[in-house]
Amino acid sequence: MSLAVKAVGIRKSFGSYEVLKGLDLEVAYGEVLCILGPSGSGKSTFLRCINHLETPNSGYVWVDGAIMGYELNRDALQELPIKRLRAQQSQLGMVFQHFNLFAHRTVLGNVIEGPMVVRGLRRAEAEARAMDLLEQVGMAGKALSYPSQLSGGQKQRVAIARSLAMEPRVMLFDEPTSALDPELVGEVLEVMRNLARGGTTMIVVTHEIGFAREVADRVVVMIDGEIRETGAPGQVLSNPGDPRVRTFLSRVLA
Amino acid sequence: MTQSPTKSTSALSLADLPGPDTPIRRLHHPGRWLSGIAVILLLAVIGRAFAVGQIQWPVVGEFLTARVIITGFGWTLLISACALVLGVVLGFAFGIMRHSENPVLRFAAWLYVWIFRGTPVLLQLLIWFNIALVFPRLYIPGLVDERMVDVVTPFVAAVLGLGVNEGSYLTEVVRGGIGSVDHGQKEAAHTLGMTPGQTMRRIILPQTLQLILPVLGNSAIGMLKFSSLAATIAMGEMLNAAQRIYFINGAVIELLFVCAIWYLAGTTVLSIGQYYLERYFGRDTAATTSNRHWFKGWARRPAVEGEA
Repeated sequence: MSLAVKAVGIRKSFGSYEVLKGLDLEVAYGEVLCILGPSGSGKSTFLRCINHLETPNSGYVWVDGAIMGYELNRDALQELPIKRLRAQQSQLGMVFQHFNLFAHRTVLGNVIEGPMVVRGLRRAEAEARAMDLLEQVGMAGKALSYPSQLSGGQKQRVAIARSLAMEPRVMLFDEPTSALDPELVGEVLEVMRNLARGGTTMIVVTHEIGFAREVADRVVVMIDGEIRETGAPGQVLSNPGDPRVRTFLSRVLA
Repeated sequence: MTQSPTKSTSALSLADLPGPDTPIRRLHHPGRWLSGIAVILLLAVIGRAFAVGQIQWPVVGEFLTARVIITGFGWTLLISACALVLGVVLGFAFGIMRHSENPVLRFAAWLYVWIFRGTPVLLQLLIWFNIALVFPRLYIPGLVDERMVDVVTPFVAAVLGLGVNEGSYLTEVVRGGIGSVDHGQKEAAHTLGMTPGQTMRRIILPQTLQLILPVLGNSAIGMLKFSSLAATIAMGEMLNAAQRIYFINGAVIELLFVCAIWYLAGTTVLSIGQYYLERYFGRDTAATTSNRHWFKGWARRPAVEGEA
């Protein structure tokens, strides 16, 4: 398996509070990795550091042959111009907890925005591909609706289609079901399950232990800005070695 | 005051309850009738006062469509439109600068607002009109080389004065509007690979425009009225035209009333236009994604389609 993402020594502080304490992580192509951990453990911040929505204070992320936001120049990391960073970011699809659909665009408008503006696709081609993706997430029938007319689950499925439209190397999910009513969680997880089955490389920050157990190839448990446990879901979830991980899991599995 | 339930309300036993079809008698509101009548009387008194007062209504009617007044109103409309366009352009330019990463640009925008919002617009008009006293010549190498008095005509001074002043207010409005667009919209655009410029143009500004549309409507209405200040710098707009007439014929109040009628007509048309514009731009109700409804007091568009 060839490597898709490699994070090296990621540290991030907000003020004097150190959120991430030097994290290392490797994700292979086709792998589905779930990041679990209690609230405030830094899971989301770590994910946001991977695609440079937050800039790490030190450390870097390597994605498919290039370092995010930098270029190696005589033993130093030279910061890249914003345009090149954005080009890198578009290779990592991001799905947000609060969907962040463009409120002034229709469902179809949301999905074609990236391909048309960033990759210069013509409208007809972008729309044809967008409709395929909306079909895939079961939202083709709502193509001309505005986000405010959709349920949370529908919004999140559109958001997934919007990310996929950029044909990213890796899909990042930041607690994609945490803002949903319980009865709407299933439809979003179903879409994600299908993506995983299709071989999409995914890093998923989630509280859905069941999803992690069923779909993930590997599970990482973060506590207080550190990775405390990593391994196959069956092993980590049922027989964790770290006592603090055991406490966390006993609380969420109870 | 705490009071135990009186006998009459608590003593209705289940056996005495009336049937489901018992008629309901509505409460009367004598106070509403009284206050309504009082206001109508007051309006009648005011109306009669103006009717029998020393106003020659035929003169009002005569000058309402006088060529000088109509031409003046045309200038009023032209000044207002040009100044509003200038104000909106400046407002967006400096409003965006207020959100710049560059502290120098942020400071420049702040300075602009501080100066032009901090001084009276009438004073600014007079300064623009007399700007030739400071800069006798306008000289831009290869482009312009002329006497300032020839460049800054009363019309130009009026448009500059009103527009630059309005721009300082709209800068703050645009700044607030941009800040009200949910931060997640920007992050989503960035993860798709959109540059800051693309994000601003395609994602942030369209939603900002929708948020501030009610304020822009107010600006247009205000501008139509503020253009009357240009009368003080010898600009021949409607109020100035009216003044020149009543200096000759002495029908002061009649001509001022003529102006009032035209201004009201103009602002009424603008209000109607504002309503339809807001309804058009509100079709996707993007405002519902914003957490800060600081503009809510102005947003008069109906929440539900067809409620108006």
